[in-house]
Amino acid sequence: MKTKYVKQGGFFHLPNDNIVKTIGVATLLCLVCSVIVSGTATLLKPTQIENKLLDKKSNILVVAGIDDASKSIDELFKQIETRLVDIRTGEYTDEVDVNTFDQRKASKDKEFRIDLSKQEDIASIGGISKYANVYLLREGDKVSKIILPIKGYGLWSTLYGFIALESDARTVSSITFYEHLETPGLGGEIDNKRWQASWDGKKITDDEGRPTLRLIKGGVSDSTPDAEYKVDGLAGATLTSNGVTNLIQFWMGEKAFGPYLERLRNGASQAAIELDSIDDKKTHVEFKSVVTPVMEQG
Amino acid sequence: MATEAKKALFEPLVSNNPIALQILGICSALAVTSQLSVALIMCLALTSVTALSNLSISLIRNHVPSSIRIIVQMTIIASLVIVVDQILKAYAFEVSKKLAVFVGLIITNCIVMGRAEAYAMKNGPWNSFLDGIGNGLGYSLILIIVAVVRELFGSGSLLGYQILTPVSEGGWYTPNGLMLLAPSAFIIIGLTIWAIRAFNPEQVEKPDFEMQNAHNAPAHGTGGSH
Repeated sequence: MKTKYVKQGGFFHLPNDNIVKTIGVATLLCLVCSVIVSGTATLLKPTQIENKLLDKKSNILVVAGIDDASKSIDELFKQIETRLVDIRTGEYTDEVDVNTFDQRKASKDKEFRIDLSKQEDIASIGGISKYANVYLLREGDKVSKIILPIKGYGLWSTLYGFIALESDARTVSSITFYEHLETPGLGGEIDNKRWQASWDGKKITDDEGRPTLRLIKGGVSDSTPDAEYKVDGLAGATLTSNGVTNLIQFWMGEKAFGPYLERLRNGASQAAIELDSIDDKKTHVEFKSVVTPVMEQG
Repeated sequence: MATEAKKALFEPLVSNNPIALQILGICSALAVTSQLSVALIMCLALTSVTALSNLSISLIRNHVPSSIRIIVQMTIIASLVIVVDQILKAYAFEVSKKLAVFVGLIITNCIVMGRAEAYAMKNGPWNSFLDGIGNGLGYSLILIIVAVVRELFGSGSLLGYQILTPVSEGGWYTPNGLMLLAPSAFIIIGLTIWAIRAFNPEQVEKPDFEMQNAHNAPAHGTGGSH
């Protein structure tokens, strides 16, 4: 694919160890390679975004415990109601359109970003978006599960995941991680379904509402004191386990979803009323990809 | 097909297998072989990268200054690997998640670099391309053998289809947990190399040194056969 540069005379007739030729060949090679790499990346980006979005939705469904192979992910996702919460007050907000809101982008956008100080930033994420997505699964007119996006730094990378809480806003129903670059077989075991299942029924906060749940070394059984606040850490992955503890403590704490969860706990009934009152405005939100695939051009 | 082309394509399969004889590329053979489907994608990725990198390096081989030839090869290989990774992320998302960093690690796979340096720098584009395919297939052969054994005995399935029903699903087969761990790949590769060498004794290397008989050795072992 690079022969087209070979011409008679001139540059390509220079001896190979000539300094001009050496630099010239290196430059040409870099140019050609960068065009190929960036071209592929740009052309394939829409399809990749589509895949990621679908993956995110299917992860929300998994964590919500919805599994029906006969229906498409998009169809199943209609059962989930997507809302935006103002992190600072813990109240639902309609400030921005939930359809187009991208929380990950917003956390880098000056307009939405809240910078975290060193002490506050236990999950090492630098800053968060002032609005956060929450996903609600309803049974009849009651919210049966609250699904919250979580992220935080592990050993090598930021871990992205979801945690589903029961309607008491305290008990873990399930957890999942959908994007990370931890070491396969060690920290990468946060993908392990059996480990994720060990979160079932744990309590994220103590009676005063402080986030208490943590990963510990050395196994958790029913006889472990305070077993309901402890999850078995990952063997051989202390730093990833610490990262998971930190991100849970952060996202369930007062700087993140704390106020929202507090509100749900204090007035589960009031919240239900309020949720009903917004029913009229409620739209079953669907994720929409901002870009459409341009694969025909590829 | 010319004999040289034939040699380039078929020799790496058994008689000059990159994993079994040259013992290159072992790392990914351990990492991606616990499931056959993942191993197959990895084989495809590595074969296409080796073939294309051999082809493009062979095309420009007469213009590569020898002082920067390794960097030139690395740049081409790295670009191809990124392209393959992007394609997998777009069209085989689930598999690309399972392969994770290992696709990126093709860049450091000794087979790709080794063939570029040993073959493509000295031979024409067509033969180099075939040599890349051949070595990719030789790698694939071993990976598939390892993956079949590991998935079959580790999970009782092949390509995700249950063949030996495990006890946990009401069957009779107790899965061998060792097969899901990396060390089992070492053992299977070792056994495969043994089998190949049993049929091809000329592949057996001469021992680096020979043990002396005890009564021939100096009394206090000052020399031996170092």
